[in-house]
Amino acid sequence: MEKDIVNIGKSVVIKGELNGSEDLTIEGHVEGTIELREHVLTIGPNGRIKAQVFAKAVIVLGEVNGNVTASEKVDIREKGSVDGDIVSPRVAIAEGAHFRGSVDMQRKDTSQSQVPGQSPSHPDAKAHGSKTAPQPAAATAQRVGA
Amino acid sequence: MGLLDKLASRRPQAGMLVRPADSADQSVFSTKALRQFLSTLTARETPVLLDLGPVIGTNVNFFGQELGCKIFVEDIFRDLDRFVRQGKAEEFSEFLVARFPQGDASIDGILCWDIIDYLDRPAAKALAAELTRVLRPGGALLGFFGTAQPRDAHYTRHLIVDDVTLQYRTYPAERGRQAALLNRDIIRLFPRLRVSDSFLLKNNLREILFRKPA
Repeated sequence: MEKDIVNIGKSVVIKGELNGSEDLTIEGHVEGTIELREHVLTIGPNGRIKAQVFAKAVIVLGEVNGNVTASEKVDIREKGSVDGDIVSPRVAIAEGAHFRGSVDMQRKDTSQSQVPGQSPSHPDAKAHGSKTAPQPAAATAQRVGA
Repeated sequence: MGLLDKLASRRPQAGMLVRPADSADQSVFSTKALRQFLSTLTARETPVLLDLGPVIGTNVNFFGQELGCKIFVEDIFRDLDRFVRQGKAEEFSEFLVARFPQGDASIDGILCWDIIDYLDRPAAKALAAELTRVLRPGGALLGFFGTAQPRDAHYTRHLIVDDVTLQYRTYPAERGRQAALLNRDIIRLFPRLRVSDSFLLKNNLREILFRKPA
């Protein structure tokens, strides 16, 4: 079954809330909030985002000015740029990418007191308060028009 | 097995070389102070790290995944280049006073790398004051200082290979190191910190680990 991917073209400018229930590639300008909690957001090389971003995975080849929260992964490619805070269990930043902000991988459940290879539920493991990775919320089905 | 021992297991076997990638600018060298710096972080439940260098993906993963740090990346080298390019290097000290949004005593470890070598005296003092402000009591700051007068205008990316090994890659800078500071000048930059460890490496680089008294 083919996956639906929506593209927002270079000339498109969106201000406000952008959410959906499919993968999305943005080559235009978006200002506001982007929510794709169960899906992959790709900021293309021409994409310029000034927004808070929530997605399953975020791939940045363009520019993001805003905080990025992903339940799986954030991937900043070679010419990508992020100015903002990243919260994600996995983060990949290519050489040549620009990043300024904080990175929080929320690894408190595998802190230094844990023996490598030992699960957090092991009786010898010390208990720590831990935040879990952000859970995707139900996405509203709202298609974006040009 | 503690976390630092786990990191030690990443080191190459004795006799095996860690080969750098193809670039002629890459070299691998030992570090003595990094392990002590890392022990400061691993002593905290939720350590917070401030990295003043360019973002390096493998370093982010090292500190974020292996040590569970929250990492702030504030590339001061890039800022400096911008000021030099614009002909405003003398305004850099004023810029540094307002540069860091982190709160007082909010950072457990600071990777200063060798940025201070590239600053004039007022900017070095301004940076040192801000770093002292954000460092928590008991926190650590790791800095590298050259001992020879600079020739080429380049910066260095320091890639963490393991707790005793760094790989460095040079890249162009708008201007070179300003001066090789004497030990006493370096120490005077951080009057509220104490020198915990100081090493002169074979490549003539000084590693100095500062700690903020608890």
